[in-house]
Amino acid sequence: MEQEKTNILTLCDHCGDTCYKQSVTLGDKLFCCQGCKSVYQILNDNNLCTYYDLNAHPGITQNRTIRKDKFAFLDNLEIARKLIQFSNDKQTHVTFYLPQIHCSSCLWLLENIRKIHRGIISSRVNFTQKEVFLIFDPSSINLREVVELLTRIGYEPHLSLEEVTQAQVRQIDRTRWYKIGLTGFCFANIMMMSFPEYFSGGEVLEPIIKKTLTTIIVILSIPVITYGASEFFASAWAGLKNKHLNIDAPIALALVITFGRSLYEIFTGTGPGYLDSMSGIVFFMLLGRWLQDRTYQTISFDRDFRSFFPIAVNVLKDNDVLSIPVDQVKPNDIIQIHHGELIPADAILSKGNAEIDYSFVTGESLPVTVDKGEIIYAGGKQTAGLIDLVVIKGVSQSYLTNLWNKESINAETTTSYSFIDTLSKYFTYIVLTIGAIAGGYWFWQGQPQLMWNALTTILIVACPCALLLSANFTKGNILRILSLNKFYLKSANVIESLTKINTIVFDKTGTLTQNNKMKVRYEGRTLSLETKTQIASLLVHSNHPLSKAVLQYLETPASITPDSFRIIENKGIEGWIEEHYFKIGSPSFTDQSDTNRKESTVVVKMDNLVLGVFYVTNAYRIGIFDLFKSLKPNYHLALISGDNPAEELTLREKMGTESELLFEQSPHEKLAYIQYLKENKKANVLMIGDGLNDAGALKESHVGLAVCDDDNNFTPAADGIIHASKVSVLHQILNYIHSGQKIILFTFGISIIYNIIGLYFAVQGTLSPIIAAILMPSSSISIILITYGLSEWMAKKYQLK
Amino acid sequence: MDGKEISIEMSAIIILLIVSIGIAGGFLLAFFWSVRDGQFDDDYSPSRRMLFEDEKKNEESKE
Repeated sequence: MEQEKTNILTLCDHCGDTCYKQSVTLGDKLFCCQGCKSVYQILNDNNLCTYYDLNAHPGITQNRTIRKDKFAFLDNLEIARKLIQFSNDKQTHVTFYLPQIHCSSCLWLLENIRKIHRGIISSRVNFTQKEVFLIFDPSSINLREVVELLTRIGYEPHLSLEEVTQAQVRQIDRTRWYKIGLTGFCFANIMMMSFPEYFSGGEVLEPIIKKTLTTIIVILSIPVITYGASEFFASAWAGLKNKHLNIDAPIALALVITFGRSLYEIFTGTGPGYLDSMSGIVFFMLLGRWLQDRTYQTISFDRDFRSFFPIAVNVLKDNDVLSIPVDQVKPNDIIQIHHGELIPADAILSKGNAEIDYSFVTGESLPVTVDKGEIIYAGGKQTAGLIDLVVIKGVSQSYLTNLWNKESINAETTTSYSFIDTLSKYFTYIVLTIGAIAGGYWFWQGQPQLMWNALTTILIVACPCALLLSANFTKGNILRILSLNKFYLKSANVIESLTKINTIVFDKTGTLTQNNKMKVRYEGRTLSLETKTQIASLLVHSNHPLSKAVLQYLETPASITPDSFRIIENKGIEGWIEEHYFKIGSPSFTDQSDTNRKESTVVVKMDNLVLGVFYVTNAYRIGIFDLFKSLKPNYHLALISGDNPAEELTLREKMGTESELLFEQSPHEKLAYIQYLKENKKANVLMIGDGLNDAGALKESHVGLAVCDDDNNFTPAADGIIHASKVSVLHQILNYIHSGQKIILFTFGISIIYNIIGLYFAVQGTLSPIIAAILMPSSSISIILITYGLSEWMAKKYQLK
Repeated sequence: MDGKEISIEMSAIIILLIVSIGIAGGFLLAFFWSVRDGQFDDDYSPSRRMLFEDEKKNEESKE
């Protein structure tokens, strides 16, 4: 027992993973696998061990083997050219996306990579983009060797079909920074230039100074309205063209009227205008937009199958193996797929042992054996050795990739009317009515001058900028707090869509269950430690997930070398160990009747005597059943799984009788089910899934959430990404998002109080610039503070902080 | 006499105004420069990069 405890506490010096089984040692260092050890050796040989001083266990686990010519396709000039940004005979520039980058050790190592190979001239990491920009000397190292070097030290570049089919240059948009900088500059200086006027009451000033000040103010206000505020005009115009009055329309109107009236006042000498308030409003609104739109640059929300598929595939032609870009693979080509590789196109097995892991395509949790002559669908992953396949359909025409050819999946979902747009519409109508009444009153009184005055100032006050500010700042802060909880949304609009959800559809494999954790149950004779060790020593040679699950369950070191053993792919393992003949595997392999079709079973036979049976099922994520319990009263729940209905009873009990449970669903059926919910049930659907098989359903639903196990994982296109460990707090997250809506309404209420004060002056035609200059910043800043405070408080309430 | 003095003071204020706008404008340009240079693109690596010791220092400290 003690032995086991120390085993669990031993962490790999490279990656920090627990060292199971026999660990690998080198000097006083301990590693979980050969891969980690070899990375350490490379770094040690090159004096790069600062890597380990900067952070504890900075490495990424290397417990997988990389095939020798995995990157042979990079020797293909056509492919290489698509990756290389610039090249002459002295220098080649290339940028790689390395999803493994996660800490300052990564940064340090990658920027010192030239110490490992002199051919690399320089390297620079962009941490937020998880990219490394490399300059190397093509005469001493080629692209393939650079990629292999990165892979050897644990940073395998992500090279996918997407990278080569899309334009390489990813331009970073910096206009918002320019806008905020320029508007802030103009706002601060206009404010300062306006002070003398306010403090002197507008009379004591020398005419020359007054003239100079107003000239500077007018000059400074021009870039604010033409450049800083341009996006509000553009958005308002776009809205009007679609016959939709969005919140930017009244804002644009207010800005134009404020600007026009201020210019009129200044040029006629009747007053100083409201240019300071105007530029202040633009500045705060830009800040709010920035906070709301700060996107997660490292996370891509728009992945389709291309980011999962390899760039190149080995094609057999006249007894030669050629690397060919995947999109050039044609029907009847013969392709070679190695262990652990993805099948890029629908094909027929012609040679070799195929064990295909379809978890990505169908959600089935265990690999499937495919016989010669049968079709293997694109997206499956080969888990046995080398196979030859005859392609029957091109990459983009395959069964899985067909999902993306459907109209509905590519159609942009029509933007629904945002609730702040609706709110601003009513707000504008009300203020316009007040304006008409006040204007009419002054006209009736025979003071047309005051009528124009009242009308324009009311329109200035009518600017729903406070509403926009409270919405932007609240959503921005909610996004930030959610991201602290590893819940990343594509944009702030998703927050609003989430508040309308009434139906939640779950995927099973990988979403409700843990991908790499199995629950094992044993029935049979009690196993002695000796027998356990013998079983473990035999199972350690099998790579089948069931063997691994049983091995982990046994928690016994595999310390004996079997005298002989034989693995029958996807069936079991048999062998002699310490004078005993063992047969471990599926019921058919061990000549038992397969009575239990709902669980995967592993039968153990010793000397032709059945010792017992291991039942293996997927382990559910912790807290999932509590989540169902708390979601049930408010949402309609459903489950669509590609897996077999083995778990139906458990799930039925936990999810309630009203929930729909569908099993053995194809990716297309999943998509169709969401469509059915939307059209026939008029439901607002939230879909939570993880694999490419859910991609259609994720895209079709109102909000699609992709589950990822670790931050490096690739997820299909979705509106949001949720970390697997946080699926269980989904209910709190949804509640928090609902409270965000209330915060916006509340702060809007406060802004209305400011508006009423402003209107009080405005209807009398006496809204002086100084009152505007006090009201504007105080309303903006107090709204920012209140929305921040409330959203933090709510986050604490729902235990998200 | 009086009026002339005031106008001299006033013109000084005008000059100061222009100077102050000029200085502020200089900072604005510096900001634009830094944005253009990509300083706002990645807010993690530069702050860590400066903490890494140089190679030579590293060897000295080991000895």
